[in-house]
Amino acid sequence: MTLVSQATPSGRTGASPAFLRKIVVDPWLFGIFAVVTVSVLVFAALPIFTVLKQAVITDRGFDLAALAEVLSKSFVWESLFNTLLLGATSAVIATLIGFVLAFAATRTTMPGKTFVHGVALLPIISPPFVMALAVVILFGRSGLITRELLGIRNANVYGFHSLVLIQSLAFTPIAYLNIRGMLQSIDSALEDASASLGASRWVTFSRVTLPLVTPAILSSALLVFVKSVEDFGNPMLIGGNFNTLAVEAYSQMVGYFDLHSGALLASLMLVPSITAFLVHRYWVSKRSYVTVTGKPTAQTIRISGAAVVLPISILCYTIVFAILLFYLTVIYVSFTRLPGIDNTLTFDHYATVFTAGFQTLANSLLLAGIATPVTAIAGMLIAYLLVRKAFPGSFLLRWGTLLSFAAPGTILGIGYVSTFNAPPLLLTGTAFIVVAAMVVKNLQVGIEAGSNQLRQIDKSIEEASMTLGASNTRTFFQITLPLLKPALFTSLSYALTRSLTTLSAVIFLVSANWTLITVTILSQVETLKIGVAAAYCSILVFVVLAILALMQLLLSSTSPKR
Amino acid sequence: MSKVIFSNISKRFPVAAGAAAGLAVDRLNLVIEEGTLVTLLGPSGCGKTTTLRMLAGFETPSEGAITIGGRDVTNVPVNARNVGMVFQSYALFPHMTVRENVEYGVRLLNLPRQEMKDRVGSVLATMALETYADRSPSRLSGGQQQRVALARAVVTQPKVLLFDEPLSNLDAQLRERMRDELRAIQLRLGITSLYVTHDQSEAMAISDRVVVMRNGVIEQDDTPLNVYSRPGTGFVAEFMGKANILNGRIEAVDQSTVSIRIASTVAFTLPRGSRAFRPGEEVRCVVRPEHIRVDAEGAMQAKVRRVVFQGAYVEYLTDLEGQECVFLDSNYYRTGVAEVGQMLRLSVDSQPVWILPNSEAADMGKAA
Ligand SMILES: Nc1ncnc2c1ncn2[C@@H]1O[C@H](COP(=O)(O)OP(=O)(O)OP(=O)(O)O)[C@@H](O)[C@H]1O
Ligand SMILES: [Mg+2]
Repeated sequence: MTLVSQATPSGRTGASPAFLRKIVVDPWLFGIFAVVTVSVLVFAALPIFTVLKQAVITDRGFDLAALAEVLSKSFVWESLFNTLLLGATSAVIATLIGFVLAFAATRTTMPGKTFVHGVALLPIISPPFVMALAVVILFGRSGLITRELLGIRNANVYGFHSLVLIQSLAFTPIAYLNIRGMLQSIDSALEDASASLGASRWVTFSRVTLPLVTPAILSSALLVFVKSVEDFGNPMLIGGNFNTLAVEAYSQMVGYFDLHSGALLASLMLVPSITAFLVHRYWVSKRSYVTVTGKPTAQTIRISGAAVVLPISILCYTIVFAILLFYLTVIYVSFTRLPGIDNTLTFDHYATVFTAGFQTLANSLLLAGIATPVTAIAGMLIAYLLVRKAFPGSFLLRWGTLLSFAAPGTILGIGYVSTFNAPPLLLTGTAFIVVAAMVVKNLQVGIEAGSNQLRQIDKSIEEASMTLGASNTRTFFQITLPLLKPALFTSLSYALTRSLTTLSAVIFLVSANWTLITVTILSQVETLKIGVAAAYCSILVFVVLAILALMQLLLSSTSPKR
Repeated sequence: MSKVIFSNISKRFPVAAGAAAGLAVDRLNLVIEEGTLVTLLGPSGCGKTTTLRMLAGFETPSEGAITIGGRDVTNVPVNARNVGMVFQSYALFPHMTVRENVEYGVRLLNLPRQEMKDRVGSVLATMALETYADRSPSRLSGGQQQRVALARAVVTQPKVLLFDEPLSNLDAQLRERMRDELRAIQLRLGITSLYVTHDQSEAMAISDRVVVMRNGVIEQDDTPLNVYSRPGTGFVAEFMGKANILNGRIEAVDQSTVSIRIASTVAFTLPRGSRAFRPGEEVRCVVRPEHIRVDAEGAMQAKVRRVVFQGAYVEYLTDLEGQECVFLDSNYYRTGVAEVGQMLRLSVDSQPVWILPNSEAADMGKAA
């Protein structure tokens, strides 16, 4: 019966089609939606497609011969292989370390957990290559350990082994946080039940705990893999002859001005990244038995036997010690005249940074200062548009932001250079293009946090605002956004750290007028001004920590009155 | 003037693959007179909320038109309709104080500052909320939150006030008090109101008219008294409280009364008003359980099938020559409690018996 009436739309009286009405109801919001979507397409999707196009099309059109020629070069396959090998190795090791840390923090009576937690998170808030700098200082040709302590004259610090060490430590926090969240949300009643059935501790661990956290373990491994593929600073500094795709693409672009090869290498990076990302999104996250967002349940199980706690604690403190050693080395070197040769204390490097090198620090702060709030608010806005208003064309926005998140910074950077170098989008060399890269690359984290939080906010709160006469736009800014404050702060912190410490995309975009601290650090290391580089790194870490602490303070002081 | 008219309103939701296609609201015609409170009543899923949300503007009718005070609002967005709404969850803004919640809508009216303050102040006073004005809503009791929600909805002086099960989060006692308060305020302000509930006693207590809905269709639109005592259909009779619907036959009709035979006995004779009946006609009679009593001289004979002791009364389920008949005995302490299997003689207080209109016969076939 209803089928018949559905087939007679002529009976409509004055009701417009639903999708048109959505637009008419709030033209402002639809305008914002359109602007945001077009921006995401132009600044995320378009550059990536430009690179893909450049990879297969030369001046002579679609050029199979040229493609085959590049693909026949051994450095292409070598760097692809290197990238995959490094990614897989780092993923396994970082996930293992992350698991041990998470297990120790949630299930054992290891002493000093807060301390371990704090140190383990340090790598997250610093530029990825602080570790590389430390390793060079400690284990390099004139390394503090290799030469001073051990008297080794020609230690070779460059190559695969150092990269694995550095990436494993640098990406451990990702795995640690991920697995810790999962372990915390597992109801310990399950483990109690197993123990009460007479299962030994090992059986409980291997049959109950481990299967439950397997999704988090897989997801961590995939995320670390993506991060490793994307990493540019560490392989650049310390890879030596071990070239990864990111480094190779950069040297083809910047060293040989070979746009075609650079684009092809960058496109190759997209394959493992997107694959890992899609597997993560559509396979692993569907396999979770517990929701990580659920409130942490009371943890009653405490493994206190020395036989377990002692080895785990030793392992954890070794890792913590290594991380601390690296950071303290960098700080120490920043106060040392010529590390390994002239170890007198000095403030010269800081003096250099704050005089000749001040511009780059100021630039970084300014551009990150612009990019951060834009990223966070745009993230919340997009979350709102996607979760609450299914405007026609939403999928473009959803996939555009996902793509920009999954795509390595290198391809984005190369894409920006080739897309925005001619009118009407002549943006190369401007501050705008740098800010755009920062925003686009970091949008997704805010969108995810915002979406999750929005789903927990009663929709009728927003409806109440509308019945009171407020438009959708006003409702978003006066009602929704304030309620999204926790997600907003997550997004702000993430965007700030990333914008200040990013390298892989912006290295293609900086110009004489607008250079950034991370790029400067890289060039200081390359010209062996280790002390100045260390001073920059120390300042950067300090600034990030200070701003995060300030934001934390702000958040807790403006929390809703209870 | 803010009379509300729904003309031929239908709402069809896009159906998820596999689910049965259906109309949430089916060619509904409804008038809410200026200043009155009309309740939509019906079982879950019958389309009450959908109807209310179409008036609010959150849903667009698939067909038909809605007018408020003569103005066609079918395609007017929510925020331009000037309706007030009280939500089931109250939907107070958690990041604002009580006063800020109430002020929110008034600010959008661009009134002079003093007038705005006066309005907010007087509404807070009316709702006895002055002492809590600077508190966060999360620090109020359920009843107080309810009052804030109402204050916020009425302070903008909306043309229409909408309620979607506003009392369902309150405990039973508070619910009755708030219900009476709501009604008092609605009457005082004279705001045209549409109220959704699935609680029939709440509906009868609060409304000028009760609209009983079923499967997206209006079953009856009448005063609370009529909906209860003169139900248009068996569904309405049963929804408005416990009812026996007994099949009978017209035995005799005279000037002012009509006698009805239930199975083998002439069970009752009642005034027929202006309704016409033919002798021999099949009819269905609504008899409320409280109008049947045990009576040694009673005309009807029934066999006890189940006995439920309820304290104030005993509820009997009996077999009345093949028809189920429920009644309540509040005299049990004098006469004793009957046992299962026992035969009882019953008589009916015939005044309140209601003979269902016969159009129901067709309706019965549809429902079956
Ligand atoms: N957004 C929607 N999408 C699809 N179907 C819907 C939607 N909203 C309501 N419906 C369907 O329309 C019908 C009527 O729903 P409605 O919410 O109006 O019922 P109700 O009378 O308010 O019920 P309740 O007493 O449970 O609140 C239901 O069958 C429901 O499943
Ligand atoms: Mg409802």
